[in-house]
Amino acid sequence: MGTVIALDVRDPGLPEEVIDSVFAWFRQVDATFSTFRSDSEISRLSRRELGLSECSRDVREVIFLCDEVCRRSDGCFDIWTGGRCDPSALVKGWSVERASQMLAAAGARNFFINAGGDIIARGRPARDRAWRVGIRHPEQTDRLAAVLAVSDLAVATSGTYERGEHIVDPRTRNPPTGLLSMTVIGPSLAYADAYSTAAFVMGDRGASWVAGIDGYAALAITEQHRTVWTEGADHLIVRDCPTGVG
Amino acid sequence: MPIRAVVTLAATILVLVLLVSFRTPPSTSVGTLPVLPPAASSSHSPTPATTPAGSPPAGGGSPTPTPNGTGLRNGSFTGTDFPNFYGDVQVKVVVSGGRITDIVPLQYPTDRPQSAYISSVAVPLLHDEVLKAQSAQIDIISGATFTSDSYAQSVQSALDRARA
Repeated sequence: MGTVIALDVRDPGLPEEVIDSVFAWFRQVDATFSTFRSDSEISRLSRRELGLSECSRDVREVIFLCDEVCRRSDGCFDIWTGGRCDPSALVKGWSVERASQMLAAAGARNFFINAGGDIIARGRPARDRAWRVGIRHPEQTDRLAAVLAVSDLAVATSGTYERGEHIVDPRTRNPPTGLLSMTVIGPSLAYADAYSTAAFVMGDRGASWVAGIDGYAALAITEQHRTVWTEGADHLIVRDCPTGVG
Repeated sequence: MPIRAVVTLAATILVLVLLVSFRTPPSTSVGTLPVLPPAASSSHSPTPATTPAGSPPAGGGSPTPTPNGTGLRNGSFTGTDFPNFYGDVQVKVVVSGGRITDIVPLQYPTDRPQSAYISSVAVPLLHDEVLKAQSAQIDIISGATFTSDSYAQSVQSALDRARA
């Protein structure tokens, strides 16, 4: 029904028009990529009314990135399942990344954008600390599973609980097993978003797959309720928080 | 909480929220959802009366206390299928000292009750606030979002029933 997109800019004096243009961008993304609007470009591509070469530059870019993640994940991420095209698992992160570039170009240095739990955090909220991102516990919704301190990084979480959405393994069409949630941290939210979905599908070997990708780290919660993370995530974990791990 | 109140005066952050409809699988579902108690809203700052934070939606099932000590209660809601029901919703949320102090609608479809739209945004945000309050200096929450179809629809349905 919708993703809540929250924008928090700590730099004073950012013109309102910049904020307006960011939200106009998200509306444009929705109109272009919504799989629930029959007139969206993605819906038309899905119905083969449009060929990829006839699509807008943005759509072609997203499809290109999705194909790349599909290959890299050996098909654990695949936007063409069931004969339909649904790049949503990358589009959200991709659109937030573009929005963050718009803000940065306008002079914003310290801000975050949170689109339904997919986050880009730039700069710092205060001089003496980084942004603190709480990773929601997958089963106890009023608990945090971990707390990460990030600056100039993207964070994306996938899980069965997310938005009532059912992630399926594109190879088997079955729900993945092994993990309750998978958080991926890295420089690009477009990739982090897609990697978190792919790694969630991979289950037990998802975290090590992410660790093999330069610049990306993973924090997963297993079905045995263990929180595990890759070496790259170790220095991001806040250990003095009561709900944190470690 | 007195220290928080001081912080409140020191810093004001602007959060803009937009509900868009991409990644929106329509569904009909029954969900068990946390409902915010009055304590979830900040005691030192005004909370918009349009959010259901202070009043669990009437007719939405049977709220039950949970033993986790957070003061959160669960209620069972029956969601209804509203594909693309929300459309574009934009509200300005004013956060002071990490707490939501005001929610101002900027844009919403005029054929729907305004308070329901605001609530659909405010409730998940307030829920995040509860989570943040449990740990020191949490700025952002990643993971499950309570803007899921079932959640938003349940809030909507409950509000509809409350008004009836």
